[in-house]
Amino acid sequence: MQKNLEKYSPALLVIGLLLIWEFICRAFKVDPFILPMPSAIWDSLIEYRGPIATHAWQTFWTTMVGFAISVVVGILLGSLLGSSALIYRACYPLLVGFNSIPKAAFVPILVVWCGIGTTPAIITAFLISFFPIVVNVATGLATLEPELEDVLRALGASRVEILRKVGLPRSMPFFFASLKVAITLAFVGTVVSEISASNAGIGYLMMSASSSLKTPLMFAGVIVISVMAMVMYEAFALVEKSMTGWAHRGQQTNG
Amino acid sequence: MSTKFIDFDHVWLKYNPQSDFAIEDVSVGIGEHEFVAIVGPSGCGKSTFMKLCTGLRPPTQGTVIVDGREVAGPLKITGMAFQAPNLLPWRTTLDNVLLPLEIVEPYKSTFRAKRKEYVDRAMRLIETVGLKGWEQKFPWELSGGMQQRASICRALVHEPKLLMLDEPFGALDAFTREELWCILRDLHAANPFTVVLVTHDLREATFLADTVYVMSKRPGRIITTRHIDLPRPRDLDVTYTAPFAAIVAELREHIGALRKH
Repeated sequence: MQKNLEKYSPALLVIGLLLIWEFICRAFKVDPFILPMPSAIWDSLIEYRGPIATHAWQTFWTTMVGFAISVVVGILLGSLLGSSALIYRACYPLLVGFNSIPKAAFVPILVVWCGIGTTPAIITAFLISFFPIVVNVATGLATLEPELEDVLRALGASRVEILRKVGLPRSMPFFFASLKVAITLAFVGTVVSEISASNAGIGYLMMSASSSLKTPLMFAGVIVISVMAMVMYEAFALVEKSMTGWAHRGQQTNG
Repeated sequence: MSTKFIDFDHVWLKYNPQSDFAIEDVSVGIGEHEFVAIVGPSGCGKSTFMKLCTGLRPPTQGTVIVDGREVAGPLKITGMAFQAPNLLPWRTTLDNVLLPLEIVEPYKSTFRAKRKEYVDRAMRLIETVGLKGWEQKFPWELSGGMQQRASICRALVHEPKLLMLDEPFGALDAFTREELWCILRDLHAANPFTVVLVTHDLREATFLADTVYVMSKRPGRIITTRHIDLPRPRDLDVTYTAPFAAIVAELREHIGALRKH
C-alpha cells in the first residue's frame, strides 16, 4: 500500500493540482481569457488537434536537427578542449562569454542571415544546447587519472588510442547527463525562434493564438511543448541508465 | 646477469627549469631478469625513477639505456601496476586484463583474429593469481585485493620484458600482501622478466628482490646498494629467520640515518 502510494504520488499530485485549478476557476469565475480552466484547455487540444499535431511535428524535428548538430559539435569541441590543457585554457573564457549571451538576442541576426522559417530555429536550438555538452565532455576527459594515462602511455598508446579506450568511455556518464539538459534547452531555442521568426511550429501557433485571443489554445501549446520536452528528457535518462550503468551501480553495491 | 638490461649513467632530472632536481647523479645497472627493489623515504624520487625507466620522462642530464637502446619515448616492453588498481570500471575483469593486447603490437593487429588465444592466455594468468570465477565480474564487485590481482594480470598479459611496480601492495592488508608477494615471486620464477619494485616496505623488498637500492630524500640519490643473497626459491618462512631480519635491520638503519638529517 505504502509502496503503491509512493509510486503513484507524482500522478496523484498532478491530478490534484489540476482539480484545484479547475475548482478555483469555477468558484471565482475567472475570465477564461486570463486563465482558462483545464477542461477548456483540453477541449481546445481536441478541437485543434490537427493543426497542433502539424505544428508540434515541425517543432519536434526542428529541435531534433538542432540537437543533433549540438551533439556532434559538442563531442568534437569537448574532445578537443578536454584533451589539451592549452586549448582548454584558451577557449574556456570565450565559451563562457558566448554562453552568457541570451540566445534569443541572436534570432534577429539569424533572420537577417537566413530569413525566417526553420533555419533560424534549428540554429537557435543548436546555439542554446551545445554548451552543456561541450563542458561535460571536456570535464570528463580532463579529469582522467594521470596514473591510468601512464599505464597506457607506457604501453605505447597514442593520444587517439588513449582517447578511444579510456577518455571517451570514461566521459560517457558526463556526456549522457548533459544530453538530458541539452534536449530541454534545445526545445527552448526552437520555440523562442518560432515565436518571432517562423510561420510554423508550436511557437508560431502560440503567437497566432495570442493575436486571435484564443488563450486556451496557447495553454494547449504550452502543454504540448512541455510534454514533448519531458518525453525526450525521460528517453535520454533511459539511454543514460542503460549505457553507463557501471557509473551508478558501484554506489548501489557499496551503499 | 652480466649484461645490463637497464643502465642509468649519471642521470639527473628536474621536472621544470625552476625547480630543484628530483633525482641527481643516479647510476645503476640492472641485469636482465633481475628483481630490483627501490626503497626510501617518501618523496625521494622513486616514482621519478620509474618514469625514467619507462621513457615517460626524458632525463635532464645523463643517459638511460634500456634493452640496449637509449630511451627516447615510451617503451612498449613494459607493464605497470600502481598502488591504485586503476581498472576501467566499464570493463569486466577479463576485458581489463586484455586491454594491453588491444594496444601493443604484435597483439593489436591480430586481436580480432586471435581473440580466443589471447582470452585463453588472460584466463591462465587470472587463474594463477587466484581470480578464477571472477573474470566476468566488474571491478566494483571485487575487493581491493582482487582488483590489485587483476591489475597485476593486466601488467603482465602482454609478456613485458620489464615490469614496473609502484607500491602495488601498499593499500592491502598484511595477509593479502604476503599472498601477493608469493604470487609475484612465482610469476617471476616461472617466466623471468626484469622487475623494478618501488616500495616503503623493507620486508617486502628483502623478500622479493635480488638487489635493493636505498634512495635519499629529495633530491634523490642512490646511497646504498644491497644484494640480497638469500637462496631462491624463498619461502615466506624465510622472513622469520635471523639472516633475513639482519638485512631488514641493516636497510632500516640506512633509512633511519637519512631521516635524522
